[in-house]
Amino acid sequence: MSAALNNAVVFESELLERHRQDRTERTALPLRSDEDVVALRKHVRERAVAIALSLVDQTKLVTAASELARNTLKYGGGGMVYLDALTDGFRKGVGLIFVDNGPGIPDLEMALRDGYTTGGGLGLGLGGSKRLVDEFDIDSRAGEGTAVSVVKWKR
Amino acid sequence: MTTQDYANRISQLIQDHQADIGSEWIEQLEALTVRSSVVSKDQLRKHCQQFLAAFAQATRGGELQNIDHRSWDEVRDILSEISSTRARNGSTPSETATFVFSLKQPLFTRLNEGFAGDPAALASASWTISSLLDKMGLYTIEVFQRARDQIIVRQQQELLELSTPVVKLWDGILALPLIGTLDSARTQVVMENILQKIVDTGAAIAIIDITGVPTVDTLVAQHLMKTIAAARLMGADCIISGIRPQIAQTIVHLGVNLEDVVTKATLADAFLVALERTGTSVIKRTAHA
Amino acid sequence: MERIPILRMGDLLLVTIQVDMHDRLAMTLQDDLTERIVRDRAKGVLIDISALDLVDSFIGRMISNTAAMARVLDAQTVVVGMQPAVAITLVELGLTLHGVKTALNVEKGMALLGKTDF
Repeated sequence: MSAALNNAVVFESELLERHRQDRTERTALPLRSDEDVVALRKHVRERAVAIALSLVDQTKLVTAASELARNTLKYGGGGMVYLDALTDGFRKGVGLIFVDNGPGIPDLEMALRDGYTTGGGLGLGLGGSKRLVDEFDIDSRAGEGTAVSVVKWKR
Repeated sequence: MTTQDYANRISQLIQDHQADIGSEWIEQLEALTVRSSVVSKDQLRKHCQQFLAAFAQATRGGELQNIDHRSWDEVRDILSEISSTRARNGSTPSETATFVFSLKQPLFTRLNEGFAGDPAALASASWTISSLLDKMGLYTIEVFQRARDQIIVRQQQELLELSTPVVKLWDGILALPLIGTLDSARTQVVMENILQKIVDTGAAIAIIDITGVPTVDTLVAQHLMKTIAAARLMGADCIISGIRPQIAQTIVHLGVNLEDVVTKATLADAFLVALERTGTSVIKRTAHA
Repeated sequence: MERIPILRMGDLLLVTIQVDMHDRLAMTLQDDLTERIVRDRAKGVLIDISALDLVDSFIGRMISNTAAMARVLDAQTVVVGMQPAVAITLVELGLTLHGVKTALNVEKGMALLGKTDF
């Protein structure tokens, strides 16, 4: 897979700038190994604590991050994640955008169905992750790559 | 005349006639205030004196437009204090603002005397004083609102705590009566509380009693189901009690699937089920003659 | 290579997960447990997750698989100490941990496995 040969992820998605106006800080982290996933969990937990998310909301966000990071790693051939600090003037939030140059998701609608018990959803668990966050968007093009953007706001 | 000159003259006027201004002001207040029980006469006198002294001092600072300026710090503090005290004692915001506005009359009287023969200066000074006092009146209202908001927030928290009482019915059996309407945000907090209490007490069974919940909509029903699923994942179980006939109808109507959840009409029935499940039986002794 | 320690108490295996496991470590644990059940002729496995503030689908599947394999080997598995936030998240995620018994703490877990005295 070409993504494994170079370090730059070149999947251009408009999701990357979706929250540009609300963004106060962006950190880019690699997702190339199991350890990167563990590191990401720590970072996300820290950000969640920093905006004083409730314990349950923190857990939901970190879990969603873990799920999506694993997808990037296992199905996207590795990639990057952008960790954004957001504020829309009234409340603070954490944004995560997972990007890879993988094969893309062929049937998005099917992918968004539950992946665990029913066996549908291509096993990606996107439907489940979607329920853990406040905003969820996917941009995927066959043969080019995938970008998944999620946001959790402090209630 | 420069602004500083004005400021000095006004300040001097107030200081020279402080006692008179003070007593006229108090007279006005006592005539206007409907409920004098809120603030005692002594307290009222004290507030007036404090304010006048600080006001005179602040005017001398030369800043007659912006009351957020440093020179008005002490005056704002005094107003804050007065406003908060009145808020706590049940005053309305207008009563507190009136406290400030009624100072206008006595001050205008003094300005009339002090600037006699110079109508332009008198008009200017009157306007300045009037604006200043308007701003201060508004300031008291803001402070008042903030104080009341804090009280409301505190009451809300207390209410939230009250609304998830926990009763240990027996070893390993908890009763959690839910009281009041459950909106989405509150239900989540209540849900987390229930689960945390199960962990804290090591209860095997939690009886969630919804007698005190007036309506159950889809959202509330979903949250209840999720709470039960979470409790089971943790290793405990839940029984729902207090289901009134209307709620039973709503649940069926909404198509909520309660198949594998035990539900009882009364807490007592639920308690019996819980006892049985935890291996305890109740023996009724026959009455002695 | 780091491994998660497995304690043996009679015919019971006890595992306490205290680190944020990466996927490889979770797989290693699964393999180790299966091997030990056979080797020690264990009848019960107790997995303590009270220190875990996160259980995602991978860990969840690891636990389910371990329980399934243990059952095939005639051993029972009990997972104890799940934190409320984790439970709520798993429910939202739609993960059911099918076929896995759970208990609030180690003591209750042991009772479930029929071990109340040593």
